[in-house]
Amino acid sequence: MMDWSTVLISMKTASLSIFITFFLGLFAAWAIVKMKNEPIKMFLDGVFTLPLVLPPTVVGFFLLFIFGVRGPIGSFFIDFFAYKIAFSWPATVIAAIVMSFPLMYRSVRGAFEQVDYNLLDAGRTLGMSEWKIFWKVLFANSLPGIISGGILAYARGLGEFGATAMLAGNIAGQTRTLPLAVYSEVAAGNMGEAFNYVLVIVFIAFIAIFIMDYISIRKEKRWR
Amino acid sequence: MQNKLLKVDIQMELSEFDLDVSFELKNRRLGILGPSGCGKSMTLKSIAGIVTPDRGVVSLTSGEESVYFDSDKKINLKPQKRNVGYLFQNYALFPNMTVEENIAVGLSKGDDGKTVAEMIKRFHLDGLEKRYPRQLSGGQQQRVALARISAYGPDVILLDEPFSAMDTFLKEQLRIELLNSLEDFDGFSIMVTHDRDEAFQFCDELIVLDKGKIIAKGNTYDVFENPRKVQVARLTGCKNISKVEIVDDYHLKSIDWGVTFETSDKISSDITHIGIRAHDFVPAEKDDINAFDTLNSTVLEKPFEWEITLANGLWWKADKLIDEHDFVIPDYLKIDPKNIILLEE
Repeated sequence: MMDWSTVLISMKTASLSIFITFFLGLFAAWAIVKMKNEPIKMFLDGVFTLPLVLPPTVVGFFLLFIFGVRGPIGSFFIDFFAYKIAFSWPATVIAAIVMSFPLMYRSVRGAFEQVDYNLLDAGRTLGMSEWKIFWKVLFANSLPGIISGGILAYARGLGEFGATAMLAGNIAGQTRTLPLAVYSEVAAGNMGEAFNYVLVIVFIAFIAIFIMDYISIRKEKRWR
Repeated sequence: MQNKLLKVDIQMELSEFDLDVSFELKNRRLGILGPSGCGKSMTLKSIAGIVTPDRGVVSLTSGEESVYFDSDKKINLKPQKRNVGYLFQNYALFPNMTVEENIAVGLSKGDDGKTVAEMIKRFHLDGLEKRYPRQLSGGQQQRVALARISAYGPDVILLDEPFSAMDTFLKEQLRIELLNSLEDFDGFSIMVTHDRDEAFQFCDELIVLDKGKIIAKGNTYDVFENPRKVQVARLTGCKNISKVEIVDDYHLKSIDWGVTFETSDKISSDITHIGIRAHDFVPAEKDDINAFDTLNSTVLEKPFEWEITLANGLWWKADKLIDEHDFVIPDYLKIDPKNIILLEE
């Protein structure tokens, strides 16, 4: 039988991670686009993009180094909150955020760079606050790119396997997400079960893309 | 317009050259004329606060003095805090906002919508309130941009090559519209342009900028009548410019055209070039002062003028009517000594 808790865990992980990745990617891109110091800009861009290029297991290895029981953040949480991050549900979220972040960041950065810089300066000379310029001018005019970045990042988070397995493990009912369930069932020889999970993933992915596309088309139609 | 003063004195290192511009503006309209990439836009952006110069002062007195920028006192007001409107080359209207929303963008929350309604009326935008910028013509876009700036109530309006990306017909129409719109504006306006006609029509005062340095400054008519420098003559539309050899106090020989001219002014030793406007030649007899022959000239017909290139390289432009198609070049042309412009390198 298909375990619905796996579907629920995956949905929770993918939803929470896209929520965080969305804003992280947005502000990271804004910071990089605004940055004038070229060497630092290039360095940070490299760091932000790295998880996209590295094999997921290598990213998982680094995460384990940071969030594991002996890692700086991992040991901090154990000492002060008596909470073990590694092999807990939040670890699936961390892995999904780190792996999906570069897609969000790069799409948003590309979209921001397409916006006519004069629009931002026009906003400034008209007395708009930087915050208002960010949302009403920069964000609003790069919406299609931001939404497509969101779709990619969501899909990446939903499909995360390697880094999740390294940091969160594969504990049924706790950290087993859909991709891990597919792997586990196939490994156990239950092809029928695996097929059910595959169907669920395809269905969720399709719905997500459909919703986001619909939003972007509707938004764009208004003023394009 | 009384008791208002705009002081600008800025220095800035750029990749190609150093920008060094200083002027004080009391008159309403200033033009900055210069070839592209001479630092014109940088000057405007420094006044608006979009770029920060390395050194200098920008201040505006309107009632009391407000210092926008002072490198010594470490003052550098944000663009938001300066009362300066900026009309961008492409107008920079927000494409995601309607006309109304664009105009209201710079207004404080307390505004009850009266200002927008007033601007819509003043700039003849009735009926276009709900349109997006893409759905507007070039002229309407310009009016929305001006309405948006006016709603903000600036002391200075900066115009950054407002017509550079337009075809001739639209350009001429919009120039008149812009002049009319600015007629009610009680503040300074500074227009940056590489087009001498625009500068001439628009400005009371003119600054000519080349490679970041001011090479001429003064009343617009004076600068056009007496350019003094070769670069200024070229930018104000003088077609014929030649290097010269000084013969005596009132005679000089042009090296490019091989003609010796008499001048009405005494020639100082600083003079290296002369300029002659293409419209200033008149038909002559062989023995007239400053006459020369017109053998082997080429004639080009335009709708309202003849363009004649003489064998020695001089250009002559003669007015004509639209239905006139035959042109007989006089054997000799001359130039009045007082129309010879003495220039320094």
